[in-house]
Amino acid sequence: MACVLVLVDHAGGTPKKATLELLCAARVLGEPAAVVAGAPGTAAALADALAAGGAETIYVAESADMDDYVVAPKVDVLASLIESESPAAVLIAAGVDGKEIAGRLAVRTGSGFLADIVDLDAGGVATQSIFGGSIVVRSRVRAGTPIFAVRPNAFSATDRAGAGTLRTVDVVVGDTSKGARITDRVVEEKGDRPELTEASVVVSGGRGVGSAEQFSLIESLADALGGAVGASRAATDAGWYPHQNQVGQTGVTVSPQLYLAVGISGAIQHRAGMQTSKTIVAINKDAEAPIFELADFGVVGDLFAVVPQLIEEIGKRR
Amino acid sequence: MNIVVLVKQVPDTWSERTLRSDDNTVDRAAADAVVNEMDEHGVEAALALKEAHGGEVTVVSMGPERTAETIRKALAMGVDKAVHICDDALHGSCAVSTSAALAAAIGTLAYDVVICGTEASDARVGAMGGMLSERLGVPALTSARSIVADGSTVRIERQTDDGYEVVEATTPLVISVIEKINEPRYPSFKGIMAAKKKQLSTLSLADLGIEADSVGLAGATSEVIEFSTAPPRGKGEVVPDDGTGGARIAGFLAAAKII
Repeated sequence: MACVLVLVDHAGGTPKKATLELLCAARVLGEPAAVVAGAPGTAAALADALAAGGAETIYVAESADMDDYVVAPKVDVLASLIESESPAAVLIAAGVDGKEIAGRLAVRTGSGFLADIVDLDAGGVATQSIFGGSIVVRSRVRAGTPIFAVRPNAFSATDRAGAGTLRTVDVVVGDTSKGARITDRVVEEKGDRPELTEASVVVSGGRGVGSAEQFSLIESLADALGGAVGASRAATDAGWYPHQNQVGQTGVTVSPQLYLAVGISGAIQHRAGMQTSKTIVAINKDAEAPIFELADFGVVGDLFAVVPQLIEEIGKRR
Repeated sequence: MNIVVLVKQVPDTWSERTLRSDDNTVDRAAADAVVNEMDEHGVEAALALKEAHGGEVTVVSMGPERTAETIRKALAMGVDKAVHICDDALHGSCAVSTSAALAAAIGTLAYDVVICGTEASDARVGAMGGMLSERLGVPALTSARSIVADGSTVRIERQTDDGYEVVEATTPLVISVIEKINEPRYPSFKGIMAAKKKQLSTLSLADLGIEADSVGLAGATSEVIEFSTAPPRGKGEVVPDDGTGGARIAGFLAAAKII
């Protein structure tokens, strides 16, 4: 059976949740094979978790150059594995880096790629949710090796383990892949909260929150639920919350188990980033707000009364 | 510094957007056509670089005849001249072959920097900066939220999930921008009048030396098999807050086994 390459995203010595989801998705098409592209020593820390997550093979592509340049060295690794292993497909998490890697790899290998897929069948047909979630599309790649950038939370990770056989890959980072050098990495806001795109719970605040200071209420609710904090375009444009937390068309797309929209009207630009959430709960003072059309449960009222009570009730149920 | 800026005409997000039932491509007739938002920020970034470092800005756009409206807007904002890639055989092109046509057109121009939006609001593929980097053989500074040029070195802040990276490269290079980077200017009356006199060249596939069957629906590296309207989400219960709104949400979440 042909292998399916899964590019591993990792942080702090553990694979990201999205990677474990991809290993599960890979089994739909073939034998999951994890690709670790990182600085020397990266794979050793990840191997057990990747095997437990279903990786039959773990390709170890380590080089001191790997983390110093924007994505292109990882494209070098994947392109050489496509050449040597003839995989059935390549799966990459659909973040900013993942989409760039997928696009580059497609050009490099004469392949097609599909971005932001939410489902995949054994025939290689992928499902995408487009136009703000209003249209569902089924597509397939018809050139080269199919490359899929998969939306986090679209698949569930399973506990079906793989052999996790380690195989070292010779890494040749081409000069053209050393063009965009990363000279510094700055973490602006992180805390202990989960990453927005992979969180099971996302609590987002919008115009109704009213100020940067009052976003602490949104953070408190997110913390009570163990979730990430999102914000609408109105809130990030106003400077109340950082741009990287923006959910919607020009921000990130999330698909959590629970999306809690607080003081967000639900304009199409926002819906484009959260419509595929499993459960949606909304709090807004305007009964006519379009967000209520999507909500599985909604409360029309003052968020400054409803949210503190909700936090207290969550505490009681712990 | 000579700059090429890419713009795309897209169906307005506020319109009712859909695909065509005959060939599963974007239904351009069904919705109002506008300039892709991130591309307007790209035009602004290009104009700002020109104002700081001199040179010329050329807008390149691919699309049907109507795309000229979008090109005129960029010219009205202050772009110097325009290239319109227009050929019926391009209809239905995938992102990968679109990047080939754009790269061929860019290759006819002398450039130091190519600027594009990080993604278009219709397809949201979000990979054009990287794909052009591959095709042109130059570095890409992607997801830029700020740009500083110093001689031939260009440095950006690249937006990441939890902050930013400082990334630098030497010209020639590609930059993709996010909307946080600037506030696009509005075309002035003078700009709109001047735009009518600016040079707009139209290039066909033959002009670019591209085989017609390598692009469009015929040459697409992926195909839409079918599409459907997403089933509406079941409208849930919406209640007025009678003083127990927070408790009722907690009750709902508990019943759904979320807490």
